[in-house]
Amino acid sequence: MSIQPNSLPTRQAGRAWPCARRSSGPWQGLSPLLLGLCGLCLTSGTLAAEVRVAVAANFALPMQQIVAEFERSTGHRAGVSLGGTGKLFAQISHGAPFEVFLAADQRAPARLVAEGKALADSRFTYARGRLVLWSSQPDLLDADASALQQGRFSRLAIANPRVAPYGAAALAVLEGLGLLEMVRPKLVQGENIAQTYQFVASGNAELGFVARSQVMRDGQLQAGSAWPVPERLHPPLRQDAVLLLRGKDNPAARALLAFLRSEAAGSIIQSFGYGL
Amino acid sequence: MGFSDADLAAIWLTLRLAGVTTLLLLLIGAPIAWWLAHTRSLWKGPVGALVALPLVLPPTVLGFYLLLAMGPQGPVGQFTQWLGIGLLPFSFAGLVVASVFYSLPFVVQPLQNAFEGLGSRPLEVAATLRAGPVDRLFSLVLPLTRSGWLSAAILGFAHTVGEFGVVLMIGGNIPGATQVISVQIYDHVEAMDYTQAHWLSASMLIFSFVVLLLLYSFNRRTRVIL
Repeated sequence: MSIQPNSLPTRQAGRAWPCARRSSGPWQGLSPLLLGLCGLCLTSGTLAAEVRVAVAANFALPMQQIVAEFERSTGHRAGVSLGGTGKLFAQISHGAPFEVFLAADQRAPARLVAEGKALADSRFTYARGRLVLWSSQPDLLDADASALQQGRFSRLAIANPRVAPYGAAALAVLEGLGLLEMVRPKLVQGENIAQTYQFVASGNAELGFVARSQVMRDGQLQAGSAWPVPERLHPPLRQDAVLLLRGKDNPAARALLAFLRSEAAGSIIQSFGYGL
Repeated sequence: MGFSDADLAAIWLTLRLAGVTTLLLLLIGAPIAWWLAHTRSLWKGPVGALVALPLVLPPTVLGFYLLLAMGPQGPVGQFTQWLGIGLLPFSFAGLVVASVFYSLPFVVQPLQNAFEGLGSRPLEVAATLRAGPVDRLFSLVLPLTRSGWLSAAILGFAHTVGEFGVVLMIGGNIPGATQVISVQIYDHVEAMDYTQAHWLSASMLIFSFVVLLLLYSFNRRTRVIL
């Protein structure tokens, strides 16, 4: 995956609302065809709505599948904006039109709740992130990550630990293994986990701590070699979702959060290597 | 509050990067600008377009391709490894290379304007008076195009200081080596540390305004278009 721009979703030409509004006009003057069309719009308007979701970069791939499944089973539509959790937080606190927020940590959603910009009772952990040490070279990493232990690399990429939870977890792992001082001169930082992945995928860094969801599909490593980091080596990577104030009255927003807790979403989330 | 040590390191690094880049750009840009100003070759259009590309391309495009080109599989990366200097991304040298591409039009275009404004007539007259090429360069071209050089230097410097997308993509955010001011500001914002972000951002704003103010007031006196 390459870096995805964090653009606001363009509103898909909303089939439902403009038409529904027009239908309050004089009905008699409309041709039967137009009337029929508007009737159709009205019915779908009461059922389907659109939700704008801000999603942390590490959850990009599972979210694609979840949204497809969500749209198919509920008829609602979801527009996804990807970005670093910190950036999305800043945009939301300054009025970005998001209705649901899937963060990479618990801190940002909690702060939005504290600031009155999100609903406290809607907050829950939708996924538990897993860290993996990854290399695009097929034979660099083995079961005990000896390449890391012995310093057989020139660059180690991590996400910026100050802003990205996966980066902070990576730092905790290095500290726990007593390797931090040794690797510090070799560290490079991606602004988030997506850029960290790009550093390793392009071969500019031989090793990097990325999200397991970026390199594993159904338990299979997609390319290169990897060392799945044992979870006891870092604090848990709980990723919280929250309903934002703007989405309070949007049925699609509530439906999406409900769908995230469903079994269908759960199995997608797990298939990308996350815990629940 | 005020600047932290990391902020100061970022400021110093940015000034160093912009300085080195500007010097290199004046050396590389002047011959290109001279050629563009005087050539009648069919290549004038394509070369001019190539030079101007960074004006319209998003920095992410430039950063993305530079990362690939300078990586271990890329042509530039293989060349630098062959030279024995390793890979360029995540290093100061890498930032300089990227900045040279990125700020090229900001140096070439003012110089090209100045050279075109000079025209070939004064040079021909000087040549008939038996002034040699070196004499023509130092007694004619340089003094008469002085404001063009100044515009080029100031714009190249200021544009490099303001660089963000490219350094974010190939820099690796290493304090003291690749963490420039714009990336540091981005960091502060991402970390929700808005006070620190304000300090650096406001300084950048004032710096940029003062630079452009100097440029415009200077150019008004000497009547050279940007």
